[in-house]
Amino acid sequence: MSDTRNLFNRIWDLHTVRQMPSGQTQLFIGQHLIHEVTSPQAFQMLRDRELKVMHPERTLATVDHIIPTGNQARPFADGLAEEMMSAIEKNCREFGITLLNLDDRRQGIVHVVGPEQGLTQPGITLACGDSHTSTHGAFGCIAFGIGTSQVADVLASQTMAMGRPKVRRVGVNGKLRPGVYAKDVILHIIRKLGVEGGVGYAYEFAGEVFAAMSMEERMTVCNMSIEGGARCGYINPDQVTVDYLRGKPLAPQGAAFDKAAAWWLSLASGADAQFDDRVEIDGSTIEPTVTWGINPAQSVGVNEEIPAASSFPSTEQAGIREALAFMEFKEHQPIKGTKIDVAFIGSCTNSRISDLREAAKVVKGKHVAPHVRTFVVPGSQLIREQAEAEGLHEVFRAAGFDWREAGCSMCLAMNPDKLIGREICASSSNRNFKGRQGSPTGRTLLMSPAMVAAAAVNGVVSDVRDML
Amino acid sequence: MQTIEAVSGRAVPLFLDDIDTDRIIPARYLRCVTFEGLGEHVFEDDRKQDPNHPFDKPQFQGATVLVAGRNFGCGSSREHAPQALMRWGVRAVVAESYAEIFFGNCTANGIPCVTADRAHLQQLAEAVAANPQQTVTVDLMKLTVESGALKFPCKMQEGARQSLTTGNWDFLAQLVDAAPQIRETAERLPYMTGFAKV
Repeated sequence: MSDTRNLFNRIWDLHTVRQMPSGQTQLFIGQHLIHEVTSPQAFQMLRDRELKVMHPERTLATVDHIIPTGNQARPFADGLAEEMMSAIEKNCREFGITLLNLDDRRQGIVHVVGPEQGLTQPGITLACGDSHTSTHGAFGCIAFGIGTSQVADVLASQTMAMGRPKVRRVGVNGKLRPGVYAKDVILHIIRKLGVEGGVGYAYEFAGEVFAAMSMEERMTVCNMSIEGGARCGYINPDQVTVDYLRGKPLAPQGAAFDKAAAWWLSLASGADAQFDDRVEIDGSTIEPTVTWGINPAQSVGVNEEIPAASSFPSTEQAGIREALAFMEFKEHQPIKGTKIDVAFIGSCTNSRISDLREAAKVVKGKHVAPHVRTFVVPGSQLIREQAEAEGLHEVFRAAGFDWREAGCSMCLAMNPDKLIGREICASSSNRNFKGRQGSPTGRTLLMSPAMVAAAAVNGVVSDVRDML
Repeated sequence: MQTIEAVSGRAVPLFLDDIDTDRIIPARYLRCVTFEGLGEHVFEDDRKQDPNHPFDKPQFQGATVLVAGRNFGCGSSREHAPQALMRWGVRAVVAESYAEIFFGNCTANGIPCVTADRAHLQQLAEAVAANPQQTVTVDLMKLTVESGALKFPCKMQEGARQSLTTGNWDFLAQLVDAAPQIRETAERLPYMTGFAKV
């Protein structure tokens, strides 16, 4: 009998410690990543119970959410942010955890750092107190975003309690057209399957489109699995995965690497793998996609109109009208030509070197529209160094962009980078929720970094294909 | 730990879909190292923009049962969201569906989240609006929601329900108890042993 389990179930079975009295699985977590926002209360829970961290060597900390991307001198101007920095520094010292702090060039957004260092590997389970932990699934591991109580669980036991999700294979075949990026693919998938469509599921992204993607593109796709409601998302490991990891500082080295690579590739879902559900999407039909509403499924192709509420099922129409009212958009209004105030290139979705290269291609020799504020925020200090070595910072600066230090920045605006009032931001981040970018009434249009660059130059939402 | 078999109290209706955790507690209030004081900021930005927000209405002060719509608690994994709701007074949620991380965070804090049909939720939200003093009971043993003459079935993921009704929602203690099995699991994972056995 051949093993028809998919990758998710193979990894799940391998990491199952036991069934708990509640019927949930106690699942071993191979790698834990922590950051300053969701960990302080978890460490306190350990102290309250006099518990230690079970595997400090399998826990890595960095700082990202609250980091100013301008002046990083300590103490921070924001006393609350400074207090959080002191807390993670103290907690990591006390519990013996490595912290990639601001003075370490490996510091950056937690979901950029793990892969960059080679900690994120196929076949592992990975958890982090951050919903975008789904990013790591790009490597063919299973990666869960968790709450703070579960951060404490993983710190103390290297395990967590969870029910086994079902697995849906999201097949995207065909060839993407020029000017269509990984971000457009995932926005399109979420538009088709909905923000709740993935609840109860892990998403396996499979097919020609993902096979042709780089690891960085795959990370963009998996990053937003959670925006489609999926508990996690993954792509089967292949030679692209192996090649990416070879030589990474914390990946296996030498002979161990070859053994590891053979094991990684053996985990991939086979041609006869079983799934609880399957959907198919034709990749050649995907357009550069832009959100117009207040959740990531509310999107259209750049040349489409904003839809009418009446085109949705009756139970969804109130939500559509709420989104139109908040955004101050009219039904049937074209999204192209919408004036923007701010352009943000960054976030765990799209702040990697290939994102910066694509955006730089668009802006080279051009200039940002005079009314647009801009932020280009690399995902890690190493990406910033790489970009500067390639001269990308000069391209951005010459075009009038603000070139910043690494951090989460304006994706969630827990730091000085924020929208003001009713500003509209063309953003390469992952959430267009009301108030997400720091102003309670601020508005977000999600799109690919290249599309953000095009919008910044023209001052309005544009089709990047006209500029390539 | 305390067993939670039922929650009874007045209710607050917030019958909207896709309410994300950024709306429940805006990110600026995550600049903290404890969960204290979050209750006063729950739904803060929505409340400022909506003079009729239920959380500000005098008749809903002291409510303990939240009535919500589809995909409640989507988005960020921040446990500050259930903490903020709990510190405002919420002890149970009845909704059409939940985002999973939010659901898990609520369970870990002893807040049962049950689901019910949209038509029933609509009736409940209307009944609560018409008579805010009416007690609503969410019964995890019978899996029913009852409010005066209105009574309808609800559902809950069995593992979470068991954990709450048997007082076993302190997962940390149970997980740590399995230390020997955790070690055995680690030993069979190729990457925990440097791929020596592959």
